[in-house]
Amino acid sequence: MKQAIALTVNGDVYEVLISPNQTLLEVLRDKLGLTGTKKGCDLGACGACSVLLDGEAYLSCLMLAVDAVGKEIVTIEGLSEGGDLHPIQKSFVELGGLQCGFCTPGIVMTAKAILDEEPQPTEESVKKKMAGNLCRCTGYKKVIESVMSASGRMGGKQ
Amino acid sequence: MEKQFSVVGKRLPMVDAAAKVNGSAQFTDDLTFPGMLHGKLLRSPHPHAKILNIDVSKALRLPGVKGVVTGAEIPDRQYGIVPKARDEYALAKGKVRYIGDEVAAVCAIDPEIAEEAVDLIEVDYEVLPAVFNVQDSIKEGAPVIHEGVANNTSFAIRKEFGDVEKAFAESALVSEDSFYSQPVNHAPMEPHAAVAQYDPVRGQVVLWSSTQIPFFLRRNLSATLMIPESKVRVIKPKVGGGFGQKIDMFAKDFCAAWFAMKLGRPVKFVYERDEVFIVTRQRHPMHLTVKTGMAKDGRILAQQFLSYADGGAYNSTAPTMMALSCFFLMVPYHVPNLLYEGYHVYTNKPVGGAMRGHGIPQARFAVERQLDLMADRLNLDPADVRTKNSIKAGEPHPGGFVINTCGFAESVQLAAEAIGWKEKRGKLPFGRGVGMGGASFPSGVTNMSHISSGAVVQVGQDGGVNVLTGAADIGQGAETVIAQIVAEVLGVSLDDVRVTAADTGTTPLDPGTFGSGVTVRAGNAARIAAESVRKKLFECVADELEANPDDLVARDGVIFVTGSPEINITFPKALKAYQYKDLPMPLVGRASWMADTNEPTTLFTQPGNFSPNYSFMTQAAEVEVDTQTGKVKVLKMVTAHDCGRPINPMLVEGQLEGSIAGGMGQALYEDVITEKGQVMNPSFLDYGFPTTMEVPEMESIDIETDDPVGPFGAKEAGEGTQLSPAPAIVNAIYDAIGVNFNELPVTPEKILKALEEKKKQGV
Repeated sequence: MKQAIALTVNGDVYEVLISPNQTLLEVLRDKLGLTGTKKGCDLGACGACSVLLDGEAYLSCLMLAVDAVGKEIVTIEGLSEGGDLHPIQKSFVELGGLQCGFCTPGIVMTAKAILDEEPQPTEESVKKKMAGNLCRCTGYKKVIESVMSASGRMGGKQ
Repeated sequence: MEKQFSVVGKRLPMVDAAAKVNGSAQFTDDLTFPGMLHGKLLRSPHPHAKILNIDVSKALRLPGVKGVVTGAEIPDRQYGIVPKARDEYALAKGKVRYIGDEVAAVCAIDPEIAEEAVDLIEVDYEVLPAVFNVQDSIKEGAPVIHEGVANNTSFAIRKEFGDVEKAFAESALVSEDSFYSQPVNHAPMEPHAAVAQYDPVRGQVVLWSSTQIPFFLRRNLSATLMIPESKVRVIKPKVGGGFGQKIDMFAKDFCAAWFAMKLGRPVKFVYERDEVFIVTRQRHPMHLTVKTGMAKDGRILAQQFLSYADGGAYNSTAPTMMALSCFFLMVPYHVPNLLYEGYHVYTNKPVGGAMRGHGIPQARFAVERQLDLMADRLNLDPADVRTKNSIKAGEPHPGGFVINTCGFAESVQLAAEAIGWKEKRGKLPFGRGVGMGGASFPSGVTNMSHISSGAVVQVGQDGGVNVLTGAADIGQGAETVIAQIVAEVLGVSLDDVRVTAADTGTTPLDPGTFGSGVTVRAGNAARIAAESVRKKLFECVADELEANPDDLVARDGVIFVTGSPEINITFPKALKAYQYKDLPMPLVGRASWMADTNEPTTLFTQPGNFSPNYSFMTQAAEVEVDTQTGKVKVLKMVTAHDCGRPINPMLVEGQLEGSIAGGMGQALYEDVITEKGQVMNPSFLDYGFPTTMEVPEMESIDIETDDPVGPFGAKEAGEGTQLSPAPAIVNAIYDAIGVNFNELPVTPEKILKALEEKKKQGV
């Protein structure tokens, strides 16, 4: 049986008709057309589907859409304001913290969660917290550098 | 006077980086069309079986199912990336050859219904005996995997020059050692996908596909669907990594197009992650025996190779892979006498294909490991042995390669210095060590005339530059590099250049992304196309500047006279002048480029040049082995690298860094484990490629050479760097604990076992 739920995504409220077994990832991508969030494994192993729920990073492929009701969901599309890139996004662009870009939305959202929690992280801390986001292109060096640079760019503030 | 560049050689962000960080970049699975249907594939549960009967009636009756197709209904046209090695059907005809082989496809209104319908298809199989390794597969009386292929050996190569026997007799030391490289999955982050749409009025099918080679895919689709190439349009959206795995056509491509044509509605196929692991491609497992004769001073006098590649159920790139594996034993070392025998053998297992380095990493691992073994036996420094054997630019090459530039010897020295070779090698406490490996890679190939690239450069009235290129950017930054080349030639900024790429309906022919040929081949085509535009502009403004067109320079938005920059005209004004002279707009330049070549290819039997140019590198690793757990921590990896002149050093570094992670994975962690043909670890968690926690400190050293063939002196940078991290790491493990590992990967289990053995022997 389908059910209607309301999801708050990037500040907007969407009413959607879903099956109770649908994941948040499926609803974001297939119902709301927010395809920036990627499906890399559908098993919670790669981090490409990372989104923020009330400010914390979650794997949207492991979360049922019904469990996201009442939470503030932020996806990669919600990070840049008025078309301007967020400072984290700018750092990834300028420092080459991405190649194919498929893991990038998930990595950027995780970076946002890391820097919100710890505005001036150590490199070690970033590595630990980013360990659930797989990337096959970059070897992670420039990913870590991008997060560290974003921290500096944001003045160590949230 | 040293050349100065404004755009080339700069660390510029990728032209599509902003779209990739804000979520707007569209990959194949991100595309949707009104009325789109979804497809799923039924796969064989048996490693080898005859298909006796397929009953699709229950599946067809399931509400929401729009179509089912089996191998019996599709044209009898085999496909494959190498014309002489075609052996695959999109859907199996009569027989399946590995677990995962495609048996039938279903198309339905949503993916869940399609999946349910797949389960309703009933197949009667007659299970056949299967073979799971090369040794069994080549035996007399082994099950025949493909009719007519004797000993299951689908391709053999023999290459010989000099006199190895004579040279062995003259050698101070002759060593014969055997090595094994394991199957590795490319594991690109984007699972393989295809969307097809059909226009019944024009009879044209359009396919959006996660492909590295749109034009080859068009050819394979055209051949298997039996419609003209002109009625197939392949468009490559953003591709989320390929590393060679997206070179072949897959069932999802054919079936999406098939259903779109039959049903008149758009159709999408997306592979699940386990399908990426099981049914796409993997690095060929390879057994390689190397016999090397060395002089007392470490000079290589002769090498003899015997290799067996486990190809799995189909050929894919088999002949190319074997050829690369053989030919790239002739660089970076001078091998005056060589004999190579190699065999590609079918087994009832997942299929081997192109993977970053393509047959060479396996060979490189063997040679680089053996060099260390032999240096040890002769009491020589392995770094010195490498320098001593380095080929040199301009010298005659035993295999007939033309080496215009070569920074290999320098790369050994610089990598050694950066890792602290002299102070550390053999001198670190037990459990720590350093090691190195050298390599060379082609920038595409010279020996096939259809390997050429085209480009069109158009300048609009507002000064905007549009480049049409067939080159396929799969994340490495091909579009950025091409845009930089065009911007440099025209003297405009990167922001002024837009690239339209990899669409067989609009962009010129290009073979695609493989063999590391894109920068040199497509880059040269774009350079020449841009130069022809520039020539027209120069001729137009020469009078006004009172100069010879040949003396003009375009840079930073200005055209000026060489040596007199004050005599100039801005690019927009030059463009206006062009229009006021009533010369036709838009200003268009076009070109195509291929490397000099001799036709037909004779390299298997005669000497000859393989590639327009060759990259060279040495990678040096420092490792720490935890003798309690057997875990290896790579502390640092240095790459000293000659890729000619890097067009974009930031992107080159990205290639190096990604290769180090990939090479580490091959050295220490990754292995596609099969039991009786069943892949046991088809998920990221079970497979385990490196995360942020494993990657080491990385240092890259650029050895700039100005190659005469590459655009602005560039050579390849994407694949060669994947060749030597694994041997460098395994050589460092030897330095750390005194154990020689000749089989990959070197897991904690193997290390603990070896340490235990060592203890028993009391050494």
